[in-house]
Amino acid sequence: MITKPKKVLIIGSGPIIIGQAAEFDYAGTQACKAMREEGVISVLVNSNPATIMTDEEIADIVYIEPLTVEMLTRIIERERPDGLLPTLGGQTGLNLAVALADAGVLEKYNVRPLGTSIDTIRTAEDRELFKKLLLKIGEPVPQSATVTSLEDARVIAGEIGLPVVIRPSFTMGGTGGGIAHTWDELDSIASGGLMASPTHQVLVERSVAGWKEIEYEVMRDAADTCITVCSMENFDPVGVHTGDSIVVAPVQTLTSREYQMLRSASSKIIRALKIEGGCNIQFALNPSSEEYVVIEVNPRVSRSSALASKATGYPIARVASKIAIGKRLDEIPNAVTGKTLASFEPAVDYIVVKIPRWPFDKFASGDRLLGTQMKATGEVMAIDRTFEAAFGKAIRSLEFGKKTLLWEDPRWKEGPFDYSEATDLRLWALMAALRRGITPDTIHSKTKIDLWFLNKMLNLVNMEKRLLSQTLDPELMLQAKRMGFSDVTIGTLSDKLPEQIRQMRHEWGICPVYKMVDTCAAEFDAATPYFYSTYELENEAIPAPVKKAIVIGSGPIRIAQGIEFDYCSVHSAWVLHKAGYQSIMVNSNPETVSTDFDTSDRLYFEALDTESLLDILENESSGEGCKEPLSIVQFGGQTAINLAEPLTCAGMPLIGSSSDTIDLAEDRGRFEAFLSELGIPQAPGSAVSNVEEALRVADLIGYPVVVRPSYVLGGRAMEIVHDASDLARYMKAASELDTGHRILIDKYLIGKECEIDAVADGETVFIPGVMEHIERTGVHSGDSMAVYPSQNLTDNEISTIVDYSVRMGLGLGVIGLMNVQFVVMHVNGESKVYVLELNPRASRTIPFISKVAGVPMIELATNVMLGRSLKEQGYSTGLHSARELIAIKAPVFSMSKLVGVDTYLGPEMKSTGEVMGIDHDFKAALGKTLLAAGLMLPQRGKLLMSIADRDKAEALPIIRRLHQSGYSFFATEGTAVMIEADSMPVNVITKKLSEGHPNVIDVIRDGTVDGVVNTMTGGRVPQRDGFEIRRAAAEKRIPCFTSLDTIAALSQVLDDGSHIYSVKPLPSYRNNK
Amino acid sequence: MTKRAILLLQDGSIYEGQSIGADIDACGEVVFNTSMIGYQELLTDPSYAGQIVIPTYPLIGNYGINEYDMDSGRIQAQGFAVRESCFKPSHYQSQKTLDSYLSEADIPGIAGLDTRSITRKLRNHGVMMGVLTSTRTPQEAAELLRSTPSYDTQDFVKKISAKESFFFRPEDGPRRRNIVIVDYGCKYSIMRIIHRLDCNVKVMPCTATAKEILGSNPDGILLSPGPGNPEVLDYAVYNIRGLIGYKPILGICLGGQLVARAFGGKTFKLKFGHRGGNHPVKELSTECVHISAQNHGYAVDPDSLNNGLNVSHISLNDNTVEGLLHKELPILTIQYHLETSLGPHDNLNIFDQFMQLVDSEKNNFHCDERAGEDKIDY
Repeated sequence: MITKPKKVLIIGSGPIIIGQAAEFDYAGTQACKAMREEGVISVLVNSNPATIMTDEEIADIVYIEPLTVEMLTRIIERERPDGLLPTLGGQTGLNLAVALADAGVLEKYNVRPLGTSIDTIRTAEDRELFKKLLLKIGEPVPQSATVTSLEDARVIAGEIGLPVVIRPSFTMGGTGGGIAHTWDELDSIASGGLMASPTHQVLVERSVAGWKEIEYEVMRDAADTCITVCSMENFDPVGVHTGDSIVVAPVQTLTSREYQMLRSASSKIIRALKIEGGCNIQFALNPSSEEYVVIEVNPRVSRSSALASKATGYPIARVASKIAIGKRLDEIPNAVTGKTLASFEPAVDYIVVKIPRWPFDKFASGDRLLGTQMKATGEVMAIDRTFEAAFGKAIRSLEFGKKTLLWEDPRWKEGPFDYSEATDLRLWALMAALRRGITPDTIHSKTKIDLWFLNKMLNLVNMEKRLLSQTLDPELMLQAKRMGFSDVTIGTLSDKLPEQIRQMRHEWGICPVYKMVDTCAAEFDAATPYFYSTYELENEAIPAPVKKAIVIGSGPIRIAQGIEFDYCSVHSAWVLHKAGYQSIMVNSNPETVSTDFDTSDRLYFEALDTESLLDILENESSGEGCKEPLSIVQFGGQTAINLAEPLTCAGMPLIGSSSDTIDLAEDRGRFEAFLSELGIPQAPGSAVSNVEEALRVADLIGYPVVVRPSYVLGGRAMEIVHDASDLARYMKAASELDTGHRILIDKYLIGKECEIDAVADGETVFIPGVMEHIERTGVHSGDSMAVYPSQNLTDNEISTIVDYSVRMGLGLGVIGLMNVQFVVMHVNGESKVYVLELNPRASRTIPFISKVAGVPMIELATNVMLGRSLKEQGYSTGLHSARELIAIKAPVFSMSKLVGVDTYLGPEMKSTGEVMGIDHDFKAALGKTLLAAGLMLPQRGKLLMSIADRDKAEALPIIRRLHQSGYSFFATEGTAVMIEADSMPVNVITKKLSEGHPNVIDVIRDGTVDGVVNTMTGGRVPQRDGFEIRRAAAEKRIPCFTSLDTIAALSQVLDDGSHIYSVKPLPSYRNNK
Repeated sequence: MTKRAILLLQDGSIYEGQSIGADIDACGEVVFNTSMIGYQELLTDPSYAGQIVIPTYPLIGNYGINEYDMDSGRIQAQGFAVRESCFKPSHYQSQKTLDSYLSEADIPGIAGLDTRSITRKLRNHGVMMGVLTSTRTPQEAAELLRSTPSYDTQDFVKKISAKESFFFRPEDGPRRRNIVIVDYGCKYSIMRIIHRLDCNVKVMPCTATAKEILGSNPDGILLSPGPGNPEVLDYAVYNIRGLIGYKPILGICLGGQLVARAFGGKTFKLKFGHRGGNHPVKELSTECVHISAQNHGYAVDPDSLNNGLNVSHISLNDNTVEGLLHKELPILTIQYHLETSLGPHDNLNIFDQFMQLVDSEKNNFHCDERAGEDKIDY
């Protein structure tokens, strides 16, 4: 019997990157809660402040520090935990646990790995050991060998025969891997994989591409009880990373014999690995025999386990944590039913469809081809009783606006097109092919997608045809709704407005009912308030006649709308509950804490569009004594705020800033008038609808200008435009985007950018802190490093910022949160503060500022919305006194995974996540931030410099400082001349890739340089050589600085030599203890 | 165009859907099964005789019907009620659709139902009788329901049991042990597994007397699962009493309940039964938990047990009896399905345990070599 530990270290997964997203916040949060329930103290370490797990009410002791062996060692030294949960922090957590063991730290401090031993992790992660184990227990694996050189890779591939799969060891999300069909492909993929692997190993493996990809989530306890929580089947056959596949749960096309065969294999594997906890096992199953191979095992909670948890209601991470500290499955109650135990296998009576959310709406130039390297930033899940309906709802949940099920690429209309290529657009291409009469059989032969799925899609196409040709009567309407057609789509096909469709539905009594996710297919009376919509008879979401409010979530994680908004939604639900309201959460993202069934009093797993929300609101107000719930749109990012207007139009009560306040802040014309009335300066500009207007405005205010569509988040399609022809090009592209909103043109003001978050109640405007950006204006605020409290603003400037913020908050009538971005410009020796933009909602910085300033912003805002004034809550107008600490938030990118995407920092946001560094002095905080963000340079390294002419003067002092810190330089021709002229040594290196070697790319690829500084020459047309440099750096995973401000900041930290950073729990920094 | 069908329940509720399968009426006990997969095994399981089965999983028929997944020679359920019946199945072994399979077998079905709401009703009110029809009006269906005897009072075993004794796959040649399976509604999969464990399998009718059974000189006796109420099968109980003490006995499901009755125990009807592939069972001696496939509507009353029969396994869902072990005699029973491809393969060790009992009893007389550690490779 395992003795229960007293204090357990939980390692988080760090910043959100592709392959490691919010699912680990969900897992870590569940683990912390489980520890508390079991009376075990939890010590949580993560570098990501935008997480629920780093809340002080979740973990007992919270460290927000860089996730390095050194920092973790210091934390272990300080906290002396007797246990370590290595399996909850994704690949990051797992790798760190192994590294801590290798460094002897665990042994030295008597820290016991819980649940899964280090040996097990090694066995599961090391392809050769794993293969040996599987062969020993008689489980089939694809023929393969691990190699450490390209030559060996070629030899092995020769033995196995092409195609082969290349899988780098110890990377997540399949980073650096791929399928090689030709020898050229083998060379490029294998060499990339060898570089990507921290151990310089890749596995060369027989390709089973085209087989069915099946996953099992299994759990095992110390008594050897073993259960299968969920099975999943990938719509995309083997060959596409499961994170990039459409996935359904449970499996659909396996016979019971096949299902049990793989289930038995799963049990055998988890037993052989001796995992005490959860495990994800992926199989490839031959679609025309019972042959199968094991393709991957993750001995930890994963993206799939989060999906399985949400798909079944079975909290895998929570149960795995309890098993790890010695509980048996039959000692853990099933929290969903309250009656049964965790030692049973969930039975579901619905189908779940997951669709990944890819970032190619933002990165149009990115390589959209899907393979073994994951590219999606997030995912959506939908639940219904048929595949068609769940699939349709999942597409709605992606929030692509006009990209409904009916969307087609204009090019497809021109003639034959390739629908078989696995890209982010494939599902639409398949629909388009079916519409053109291409048969499921033909598609199957090209794509290997199972006919079952294709026939279901054909059902959708057939329904489209009926809606196009037949009169819409109640029978047809009901059938279309049962197949998941949205009001918008039915309207498009039957030539009516969505509002008309809704009205017809009401007249005909066609409304959704809500069914419960209860883990047991209704066999037992469950108490979970977790619901999905469907068009059937019985409604189980009986509305309660109590005070209630709906928190509208933020949907799938995408660039510019990340985990921060989930943080806000979760907190709001908690506050509502505390304030005596029934909290109702609506969201579509299976990774998150917000969709955990015990976060809110009631959870609707639904698409975040007008139709879903109105249906839910109508259901909630339909019972006796039930009034419309109050809707909160401030916390779910742009997704939620965009619903303010339709909900208001439908007569649904909003709380917080009114829909008119939101419009006033977001409508360029109205906002400008509002500011000039208050006498607050703003960058001159205007909203325009066509090219002529745009050129006229730009002429008036002068280039460069910043252009962007109104009503979008994250600077999507935002650019700095330097001349008229560029502007014309932009306007043409924007009109194709067709957002329905106008384009904003503002004078590009170059200066110091800063921002504030504030909470207001109509009388009081409270500001927890001013954050100053390290990068100047022109870099999107989400991609800038932000420092709290501001370091370089004068008292005057700060009081101006506060004064403007307070007056705007009061003038707009903001109730709840707002975020304002300012630029401080120095003109003729005088500084002037301009307002850049104001967002009347929670911003990306809310978790950060709440944690570092120690102000519960969401609690204050939610209470304000419920009618409790800030005064009553103990806050008054003005700026909160700054804490005696420095905290810096830095963006983290996933550029190595997005081939073809330019990495330079600009007005369009590109980062996927963030980290925070905190300390009592600026240099230490900055050093930690850079370390956590992976931007820290090694001591006395080599840098490649390629600086645009207009930046050269500014760059020189920075280069000097780097030189003094012991850095040596490689530089492109022009830059080298400047460095030499300043009497510093430099290696000239050509940027002309066709003119001999070594060139700039060579020195990056072969590891000669440790980092790159490359600034843009300006203008829109991307400089090809600059692009190549930046991509090479991204793929080599070395820091690439495209803003001089970032490298300037970094150069300050390098002076210090080997700095020993302090480690302290978060509150100790705030209280300066 | 699709034809309408209705499912009428004893409480008067009527559910409308589309007719699938045969155009005839079914009248029987309406029960639900929570397995997400394995509809073909379910339909052919003899224990579903007399019942209209509702799978709680909504998408049924996805991989079609094949010739390998039969648990008996025909569809045994009276009727089948589903949310969606797949008309374009996809599987390399598939030979026909669910719809045509039902039609060919003269079994009626209904699709398009809110099966979850019916399941909730059965869970809350208990299983009840019902009629599935595509030919009758609700009034006519109600009349049919009134004229049909209650499920609990009927002997389905006699209807489906083998009429004559036979050997299972004698063509494979002689095996080391002799096992008699008394057929109360035995499934192919049990016969297959016992046969594979080096046993000659003789299947005998449910009415076979103790004398007849012992007369074929078995090394062990397996009392099979089967449908219906164990309290109406007094003849079987009488015959089993004649076997006790002579040979090792393994009773499965109904067979196990009959063993309990033979020892003077009682059975009672469960509110909505145990039907599904995910039931956790705890083996009391080892504290091990197994996931099992179950299909039973009755359970042994543990308080009625005496004469040395002890509870060995319990359900972790409702603590009802899932297995019995005699403290002296080589007799064990198990309430769940050990063998089927409908359920997990977790529980095959019970067969090994039975074989050990058989062998050790045998060794009291002969000195055969011990059974090799047969690994069941199902």
